Amino acid sequence: MLDADFFIRWMTVTAASVDREAERLTALDSPIGDADHGTNLQRGFRAVRDALEKEPPATPGAVLTQAGRLLISTVGGASGPLYGTLLRRTGKALGDAAEVDERQLAEALRAGVDAVMQLGGAAPGDKTMIDALVPAVDALGDSFAAARAAAEEGAVATTPLRARKGRASYLGERSVGHQDPGATSAALLIAGLVDASADGEAGSE
Amino acid sequence: MSDGKLVGIVLVSHSATVAASVAELAQGLAGAGTAVPVAPAGGTESGDFGTSAELIAAAAASVDRGAGVAVLTDLGSAVLTVKALLAEGDELPEHTRLVDAPFVEGAVAAVVTASTGADLAAVEAAASEAYAYRKV
Repeated sequence: MLDADFFIRWMTVTAASVDREAERLTALDSPIGDADHGTNLQRGFRAVRDALEKEPPATPGAVLTQAGRLLISTVGGASGPLYGTLLRRTGKALGDAAEVDERQLAEALRAGVDAVMQLGGAAPGDKTMIDALVPAVDALGDSFAAARAAAEEGAVATTPLRARKGRASYLGERSVGHQDPGATSAALLIAGLVDASADGEAGSE
Repeated sequence: MSDGKLVGIVLVSHSATVAASVAELAQGLAGAGTAVPVAPAGGTESGDFGTSAELIAAAAASVDRGAGVAVLTDLGSAVLTVKALLAEGDELPEHTRLVDAPFVEGAVAAVVTASTGADLAAVEAAASEAYAYRKV
């Protein structure tokens, strides 16, 4: 079972990997975006990490809804409302249970991904974070490791796509040949699930 | 009409200068003496290009006179942030609406319409109609 501590670890290890990868995310965002994805997400996840550290919420749902709310208010770019909606909706779907199992997390995350698709109007193949998140959620039923691999594959697979959403969509063919920064950061978020399990007590997965 | 209370207008742009200028333009074209509350929410809190949920929430609160608030945005994160705030439920005043309209033309139509004492639905309709105005 996964408790609030697991979800706090998930957010904390994600904040650490966003810190570590911020420059790479911004570099990916410079040819096809406005070159702020890394710094924007870094600001948001640092705010999440600090808030969770100061006042840790008691349930998995509360951890994710608070994290989502903070991302919406601190990121400053489109990734704020998109990641914020993902985590908030996932958190709401988890309800106020003290512990949830992997299957409940997978279902809740699917609800979160659906909400992001609705908010941004994006579908798989549009060269967005959805291209990492949808395969990750599909694989989450097997294991966190399978979800991580699926998200990373999904992110890499955005490279030959032509962007149909966001600023990159204005570039048309020129968006082809660049890995999508949003799909790349989404893969970091999903990878955090594995790290949060490995850091935690044995048998939590 | 809504008891003499005017609809408030919030203008959300990636640029503080654009938001402030469009607010000024719309109020100028609405005519002298108009009391329509208009608030720009442009750029981030640190003055960069981008969108600030905090600035949007503060602007909406500042123009709320009880007759509703119409929010007009430019693109990308401005649209998504307002939608996400509306989904939160308690971040924006009651009867706040994201209006589907072109930013400059919609702002002028919204402010002029609001200055007549029109309700939120009428302000929204006027701003959205700006899409129908073909330039060529």
